[in-house]
Amino acid sequence: MNGFTTLMRRELALSWGRGGGPLLALAFYLSIATLLPLAIGSEPGRLAAIAPGAAWIGLALASLLSLERLFERDYEDGALDLLALGPAPLELAAFAKCLAQWITTGAPLALLAPVAAIALGAAPSLAPVTFAAALIGGLGFSFCGGIGAALSLGARRGGVLIAVIVLPLFAPPVIFGGGAVAAYAAGLDWRTGLMLLGAYSLAMAALGPFAMAAACRNALS
Amino acid sequence: MLDFDAGKYAPYVWTAYGLTAAVFVLMVADTLARARRWRRKVRDRETDKTP
Amino acid sequence: MIAALANPERFMRFSRWAAPLFGVIAVALGAVGLWLDFIAPPDYQQHYTVHIMFIHVPAAWMSLFVYGCLAGASFIGLVFRHSLADAAARAAAPLGAGFTFLALVTGSLWGKPTWGTWWVWDARLTSVLVLFLFYLGYLALQAAIDDEQRAARACAILALVGAINLPIVHFSVTWWNTLHQGSSVFRKGGPTMPPVYLEPLLILSLAYMAAFGALWLVRIRGEVWRKRANALALRAAG
Repeated sequence: MNGFTTLMRRELALSWGRGGGPLLALAFYLSIATLLPLAIGSEPGRLAAIAPGAAWIGLALASLLSLERLFERDYEDGALDLLALGPAPLELAAFAKCLAQWITTGAPLALLAPVAAIALGAAPSLAPVTFAAALIGGLGFSFCGGIGAALSLGARRGGVLIAVIVLPLFAPPVIFGGGAVAAYAAGLDWRTGLMLLGAYSLAMAALGPFAMAAACRNALS
Repeated sequence: MLDFDAGKYAPYVWTAYGLTAAVFVLMVADTLARARRWRRKVRDRETDKTP
Repeated sequence: MIAALANPERFMRFSRWAAPLFGVIAVALGAVGLWLDFIAPPDYQQHYTVHIMFIHVPAAWMSLFVYGCLAGASFIGLVFRHSLADAAARAAAPLGAGFTFLALVTGSLWGKPTWGTWWVWDARLTSVLVLFLFYLGYLALQAAIDDEQRAARACAILALVGAINLPIVHFSVTWWNTLHQGSSVFRKGGPTMPPVYLEPLLILSLAYMAAFGALWLVRIRGEVWRKRANALALRAAG
């Protein structure tokens, strides 16, 4: 457990300090929330209808922002080599990276999500479900995104490439989370949606690191 | 015997068939062109080396 | 049988006669299938647009089948480190993207006159759309990594991750639809298909498979020659 704590402490420090921590992602998220009414027109009815879903999508996009540097800095300065050869398995290091990213960026974004949704016209009663979906879904986004980031190591046009790779993987959490919030709004069963979302995020957290480690080893070879 | 009278659905049906034909032609042409190009390169480089 | 083909020399000998054979079978089955297609009478519900079904369903089936081949080849390439398997995966991807594109477009053209909309977010169509996005991501990743072996391995990992993801996507959309509309069933031609429709559908599906077989074999041959040409160039330079 000691190795894991060291890894976590390192990753938390890195992701918090990296380019202002979550501030960039938060600012991006607010920009999307501001641009949406400008694009759709501010009739309260139309905007309110899509508000929870839009807030959810904005969250997915904002998570994509922080992904590119997830492995790249360590890859460039050789730290990834050390992690690969070190005592702790590379899978654990990958797990720590994504977990730290969720804690430092995903969680703050999750706090912002209900605010954005309400600002776009969603009913305040939706706030708790939106927050829950954003928090649980954010975990899934971090780990799916980590897979994309690891696969794009050493590739050209990393940022856009990660987004293209990762979008099909984002589809299930987006559908489950969006469905849960929409069900809550319509008075239907929302718990199933959140449970499915949780199941997906946990599965990605458990399996993702193996794909990430394999991709890192491939990039280092 | 063969029924080609599409009536009002003609634009949909024939566009679908047309696109299918186009994509098939594209796939076949690209596949054959690639294979031929690389086969030719192998031949060229092999004959280059014979003393 | 696959182990027997693993040797590149043996594969080249096999594909030399197999590829043209598959091509001939594809053309023959295609001709028969199209004949039966246009003999079939208009459906009482879908009228003449039922003819789109005969080229939509095989395309959709192929988009999944090719993906299965891609994932299988990727798995073999990753686990057994076999360069021919890598070549097979690389060769299958553009063909898969082509079939998926056709599935989406013909599906749209079929949906508009039949159900009034260009697109429906049902489980099947949404999964095919995500599959198309996957193919694009796969091709993008392949193009973005310069080192071939590294590109093949990265793409293989992506293919396997995607293989796990696709049924989840299908399930998630099914779940979403049952949430809102009860179960919306878009059935093609009714619960049981009459033989006058089933025959051309099956024959055209087989024609599409034979066509893929021929094209895939030729593309893999192209890959083998490409690697040989590159190896020769390296030797000449060194």
